[in-house]
Amino acid sequence: MTAAYEFLFAPFVDFGFMQRALLGALLLCLSSCPMGVFLMLRRMSLTGDAMAHAILPGAAVGFLFYGLQIVPMTIGGLIAGVVVALGAGAVSRLTIQKEDASMAAFYLISLALGVLIVSIRGSNVDLMHVLFGTVLALNNDALTLIALICGITLILLTIFWRALVAECMDPLFLRSVSRLGTPVHFVFLGLVVLNLVGGFQALGTLLSVGLMMLPAAAARFWCSRVGTMCLVATAIGMAASVVGLLLSYHLSLPSGPAIILSAGVAYLLSMMLGTRGVVQDRMRRYRHRTA
Amino acid sequence: MSQNCLTFNDLTLGYHSHPAVHHLTGAVRAGSLTAVIGANGSGKSTLMKGIVGILKPLAGAIDRDPASRIAYLPQQSELDKSFPARVTDLVSLGLWPRRGLLGRHTTEDRASVEQALSGVGLEGFGKRTIDTLSGGQMQRALFARVLVQDADLILLDEPFNAIDSRTVTDLVALIQRWHGEKRTILVVVHDLELVREHFPEALLLARQPVAWGDTNKVLEPANLLRARQFHEAWDENAPWCAPQDDHHHGDHDHHDHEHNGAAR
Repeated sequence: MTAAYEFLFAPFVDFGFMQRALLGALLLCLSSCPMGVFLMLRRMSLTGDAMAHAILPGAAVGFLFYGLQIVPMTIGGLIAGVVVALGAGAVSRLTIQKEDASMAAFYLISLALGVLIVSIRGSNVDLMHVLFGTVLALNNDALTLIALICGITLILLTIFWRALVAECMDPLFLRSVSRLGTPVHFVFLGLVVLNLVGGFQALGTLLSVGLMMLPAAAARFWCSRVGTMCLVATAIGMAASVVGLLLSYHLSLPSGPAIILSAGVAYLLSMMLGTRGVVQDRMRRYRHRTA
Repeated sequence: MSQNCLTFNDLTLGYHSHPAVHHLTGAVRAGSLTAVIGANGSGKSTLMKGIVGILKPLAGAIDRDPASRIAYLPQQSELDKSFPARVTDLVSLGLWPRRGLLGRHTTEDRASVEQALSGVGLEGFGKRTIDTLSGGQMQRALFARVLVQDADLILLDEPFNAIDSRTVTDLVALIQRWHGEKRTILVVVHDLELVREHFPEALLLARQPVAWGDTNKVLEPANLLRARQFHEAWDENAPWCAPQDDHHHGDHDHHDHEHNGAAR
């Protein structure tokens, strides 16, 4: 019993930095995982990835002027994310190029630019901080920011839920009954950027999208309705956060990758064992009902 | 004018400044049931998109009573069949005009969704996910959504494509019921037998309107022949059309356009 306590609870009870890390990660799951579900359902999984890269130069400019400070880097990241999202959207609407190609072009430029700017002032250690985050070093500013982003996301998601579902399920129908389609799309993209920026301090620009997409992709194998899918994704994300932090503590692993890898294991298990996963699918294939 | 649900004033719709519907003038009576017919590329779907407002006119105007509710079933639905939703969720989208973004769906609303499902012969399908529906069942479900929308003006773009005859019979019966309820209905149809049998009025398009009015008159061989003689391809070097040269003002009959004569 004590061994179980030592393993599961002691790290969080004894150390303030572990409590902060846990709180930050759980709050992030609460807002990022539902966003991930909608990104996946709109076939924009890779867009999330691209947006995560796009944040980098903005954060890097913040770093260039203020060092490793959360507020300037966040604001910089937010601006860069919005510019790239709007830029890629504009290119796809105004030219013959589709959004995936313009998005790829923008994020590759952004990534190279970001790494360049960080290197001008910082060391490789700083670069690692920006790219992969430091969930164990979340300070009060960072936690407040994450909580704020989580609140905004949940409120807007509740308000626009019906429009977002309609826009995903049947966009042409939504256009025929309402003018909300385009605004909802931009609110949604804005929230994606906001959540990536929120995850950036904890998990870095490259990994923050992992907490968004992996639980969502895993939840797809368990649910057949979008609401439950969001709840299951959040639960999987939270479980992965706890497991990842514990592994990182006991085995001295870097915390960000430990969390994302835990989510990755959840994804692989769901793919195999989920109610709509490979195993169930196989079993069902050789049995059928009379009607 | 008050009994007209929809009025076209020298309407031209198109893409990249090439007209797909050219100089259409006329009115759709409230409560009328009209079949829109014509070859592929003759502008039928374009006209539908124009009425819904998805496509803005290149010239002219469409006047529609802003208070009227519109329901539109497109030819190429952008419906994502893999979206995780149940049939009930899909049909409930039709509650949008009544409840909008934030209005609570009441017990009555849910009852009307159930009623719509049984109205199209899909009792017991409510809890099934939409990726398990066949083509015909999906079309029935989309008709159920139109039922729930409770619209004054109903636009159906080729609703009978790849649908078996029994389902067609059921759906036509539903359209007749709407007609009986004094709703205004425009349906794009290819099957002329179906049009003769069930649709009192018809609009024959060949980019320009060829004929419009009583179905039997519209479907006369001379009209059908003229409708067949149009060039589907765009002419990149076609001269710019100057509407004031060839437009009869004050002539509001359903008439075919002067261009037609000139083109022959």
